[in-house]
Amino acid sequence: MQIPKSFLGFKRENGRAGTRNHVIILPVDDISNACAEAVANNIKGTIALPHSYGRLQFGADLELHFRTMIGTGRNPNVAAVIVIGIEPKWTKKIVDAIAKTGKPVEGFSIEGVGDIDTIAKVSKKAQEFSMWASEKQREECPISDLWISVKCGESDTTSGLASNPTVGNLMDKLEPLGVHLCFGETSELTGAETVCAKRGKTKEAQDKFMKTWSSYNDFILKEATNDLSESQPTAGNIAGGLTTIEEKAFGNFQKIGSREFIDVLEPAEEPTKGKGLYFMDTSSAAAECVTLQAAGGFNIHLFPTGQGNIIGNPIEPVIKLTANPFTAKTMSEHIDVDVSKILSREMNLDQAGDELIKSTIKVANGRLTCAEALGHKEFVMTKLYRSA
Amino acid sequence: MAKTDIIIHDKKDNVGVIVIEKVAKGQDCGCWIMEDNSSSKVKSEAVIPLGHKIALQDLKEGDTIIKYGHDIGKVVKSIKKGDHVHVHNVKTKKW
Repeated sequence: MQIPKSFLGFKRENGRAGTRNHVIILPVDDISNACAEAVANNIKGTIALPHSYGRLQFGADLELHFRTMIGTGRNPNVAAVIVIGIEPKWTKKIVDAIAKTGKPVEGFSIEGVGDIDTIAKVSKKAQEFSMWASEKQREECPISDLWISVKCGESDTTSGLASNPTVGNLMDKLEPLGVHLCFGETSELTGAETVCAKRGKTKEAQDKFMKTWSSYNDFILKEATNDLSESQPTAGNIAGGLTTIEEKAFGNFQKIGSREFIDVLEPAEEPTKGKGLYFMDTSSAAAECVTLQAAGGFNIHLFPTGQGNIIGNPIEPVIKLTANPFTAKTMSEHIDVDVSKILSREMNLDQAGDELIKSTIKVANGRLTCAEALGHKEFVMTKLYRSA
Repeated sequence: MAKTDIIIHDKKDNVGVIVIEKVAKGQDCGCWIMEDNSSSKVKSEAVIPLGHKIALQDLKEGDTIIKYGHDIGKVVKSIKKGDHVHVHNVKTKKW
């Protein structure tokens, strides 16, 4: 198949391109959710991103909170941003960092004003942003403007046999065209960690990966009350035939094809070493992982599932594929790409990879994913430890 | 091309994955080995559903299960060729 050289995206002020054109209302903290949701309800064409945290966090956990907030606002799928916090200082910090992209952003704080007057004031600005963004047109962008993140969920053995290798096949075909790629799921590489580390392009990347994985594994060993049965693998994984974390890890690892990663990113960190594959240190919980990857600047997501994970994200479209013929049939409204014919050998990996590339371009051009059509907007912050 | 009931990732693997709805006890199953596109056969000793694993050889306690050509866990209860391989007879070596 001739791989398309371009897609229709939204060109942003900083040179990036978006596959979507969202105007987001971003609460800095849990107590600003009500205000953000009221504004999004008033003004059509905007979306609120409520979440559970943002107060009394400190140290690395607070840094991650800021990185996630700022990265979400900076993502090229977002045209303009309104930030609402209880107090002005943290709000301003987030606004200033998003403003560096050149996109319209404005912050508001609630203290001393109250919800109702804040909602009125913010609604006026949100209306302006929404109508401004609605004028933006899709333009031809090179395929290298795609930043593709991947994460699998509710995996079973069909994931490792077919749907994850299909993603790997896409990576092998698209990486030479200059796209950015990202995989994560630190805990779910357990058992395959030394094999994965060897895929680091440099000694530095390999060592950084092993350090990241070891620190995660030490944490799990410290906190675990049993052998993690029913957490890793999950009950769904086990029902699908996956027996151990090692088996799950080698299946997971198929998603990167034969690629090598150039760097290891902190959670929600934006890559800065140019095109190619990155590993991001993330939780293996689907919504947490995709939220972090979107905050890292990735603008389209590929999500292979076995037993049928249904996750979506508010700003990054999530394309689902499955190789499990039962899931493709019983949960068809969630599945964008059915590659179950690989199991019956009526389709090979090369063909499946091509099908996935076609669907990825369609979605990049604006076709809704199943998760978007069904209203899945899971925005889940990763919290590293207790607040002060 | 013979009918494929089981797919095996790597020639070194001692388990394969059922890729039809289920195999019946006593069924002669066709296997396809992805690594080198070769074929083999194994007789199932249990009813095994889609996505679950079948033993390709006799395995005893302490043996290592190989899939993708790699170690994916240890045998905790002896397994006969053709048996269902899962959480009742295999455990992780991690955690």
